[in-house]
Amino acid sequence: MAKAVTRSGRPSGLGVDAAVARQLLGDMFLIRRFEEKAAEAYALGKIGGFLHLYIGEEAVAVGATSMLRPDDYAISAYREHGHCLAKGADPKRVMAELFGRRDGLSKGKGGSMHLFDKSTNFLGGHAIVGAHLPIAVGVGFAIKYRGGDQVIVCYFGDGAVPEGEFHEALNLAALWKLPVLFLCENNRYAMGTSTERALSQTEIWKFAETYGVPGERVDGMDVLAIREAVGRAVARARKDKTPSLIEADTYRFRGHSMRDPAGAVYRTKEEVEREKLRDPIVLFREQVVSAGVLSEADVRAVEKDVSDRVDEAVAFADGSPEPPSEWLFTDIYKES
Amino acid sequence: MAVMTYREALNLALREEMRRDGRVFVIGEEVGLYEGAYKVTQGLLKEFGPQRVVDTPIAESGFTGVGIGAAMVGLRPIIEMMTFNFALLALDQIVNSAAKMCYMSGGQFNVPIVIRGPGGPAAQLAAQHSQSMETYFYHVPGLKVVRPTTPMDAKGLLKSSIRDDNPVIFIESETLYNVKGEVPEDPEFLIPLGEAVVRREGTDVTVIAYMGMMYRAMEAAEELEKEGISVELVDPRTLRPMDTETIINSVRKTHRCVVVEAGAGFAGMGSEIGAFITEQAFDDLDAPVERVTGANAPMPYARNLEKLKTPSKDKIVAAIRRVCGANGS
Repeated sequence: MAKAVTRSGRPSGLGVDAAVARQLLGDMFLIRRFEEKAAEAYALGKIGGFLHLYIGEEAVAVGATSMLRPDDYAISAYREHGHCLAKGADPKRVMAELFGRRDGLSKGKGGSMHLFDKSTNFLGGHAIVGAHLPIAVGVGFAIKYRGGDQVIVCYFGDGAVPEGEFHEALNLAALWKLPVLFLCENNRYAMGTSTERALSQTEIWKFAETYGVPGERVDGMDVLAIREAVGRAVARARKDKTPSLIEADTYRFRGHSMRDPAGAVYRTKEEVEREKLRDPIVLFREQVVSAGVLSEADVRAVEKDVSDRVDEAVAFADGSPEPPSEWLFTDIYKES
Repeated sequence: MAVMTYREALNLALREEMRRDGRVFVIGEEVGLYEGAYKVTQGLLKEFGPQRVVDTPIAESGFTGVGIGAAMVGLRPIIEMMTFNFALLALDQIVNSAAKMCYMSGGQFNVPIVIRGPGGPAAQLAAQHSQSMETYFYHVPGLKVVRPTTPMDAKGLLKSSIRDDNPVIFIESETLYNVKGEVPEDPEFLIPLGEAVVRREGTDVTVIAYMGMMYRAMEAAEELEKEGISVELVDPRTLRPMDTETIINSVRKTHRCVVVEAGAGFAGMGSEIGAFITEQAFDDLDAPVERVTGANAPMPYARNLEKLKTPSKDKIVAAIRRVCGANGS
């Protein structure tokens, strides 16, 4: 575990107290457990369509969100269960959305790829690769227009980088100085296409230099390293609206979606097994226990609590009725 | 009432709404310093400053997304497309983001934006700058689509579009910017979206047209009046949601209908109007609904070919004569 500490550049101590450690660990457990249960429900036919699991990447959403205020915004692509839960959405309503039920966040009309939660400033849930990056810039524009000091974190994958909208968004945010944190979760594969097969510049953080904004690469499996990098970017954005680009080096342990369960065609089993040794939850759990921030009993209590909450979420989703037929035609337009 | 051009009416609508509501801002290519490629935003930068009149680089998808994001958190952007042909670069943002946000979020996030600019045939602008783009948009649930024919409509409908809580596609016309007409000066003058207008009353045939085609249909109607054919002209003004009731009522009165549109006819506006008239008023019809549409070809540059592409007054006259059972064509 000394390596992990080195990676995040902390010479001694973890720099987090028991309360923060409990929250970080709890949120990562929650996302992991939630998605394991979602995968089970998918296998049972209770969830349909596409289901893209975030398992392995939890440190990014949890570390980043822990540096935000509740009035800050977050927006994401279609692998967004983790970002939405980390931002504070009720797991019961998220699961109900995955089940396509009336108590889901989007009344069952959005599904796994379109989670939105106005109450926590979570702005979706966008399933056209790259499209939400300009939208994030617009939120940054609105923050500045109103003279606020919030920020928006925009999560996207390495797959969005070759899209034109990545470049349009970075250019506009830099040109207009908008408080947008572009947080690239580089899990090395856009569906089945590796970054080497998609990008002339595989070091994504270097695009920051092109657009004249701060950029850095961070170990995406180290929740504390993410906190530090995001903390720096958020401070810059609050202070003088400087946008940033952070590339988090991460990995998805599952396939692209439930229709690609193992992700075995385009990567080797050895690679997947090797990456699993970087499991962000296992690493952080060991760190906090060995540093004496939390006891083994504390950690078990957190795990138990999260497990119960996820079971409740599944039961809630199962018990929630289907949306009524007339909802087919509601919310197409906002009634004034 | 004041007499002003269509361009001035649009400019006045923008000013009035920006004065009324600090959340309203204009964003697009050349809208500020250059005062608009077609001068619709003339003087706005001076009155409202660069924060509310925002010049963008050439990045249609990017700045349309910016408008959508700003609208999701409470601002009310007016996005100018230098011409609507360029909106194709932002089609994904308009169709997949703006139009679906309210639905996908179960009503949590709506997108009050107006996307406006000129579209349709102009003067020798050739294939990429002359398209009647409304067809691309009115198919999409979640969008509203407006095509204002007169200066009065330009003002009243633009103001209603800005106040609407949903994405509105507002397509003007280069050929109409200098058209003059009476425009109410009352800053609360609004024309509701979704209301057609009968521009000319008649008894023998209903002609449905908008924008430049309405002016051409008006000339046709005046010519036919001399032959004793009484033409009723209906302008839908809003194409989605469409005021089918006004159209059906007119057809029930005249029993005949001709739809005129500048765009290529295949799966065009006339197809839809013809279909719902057939569904709702088949027994009232004394003749099949006829369409006069743009030729099914891209817009050519050569003046003579360009003229053949867009419906002429003579073609409209001939179609009206046919449905009225008059001879001559």
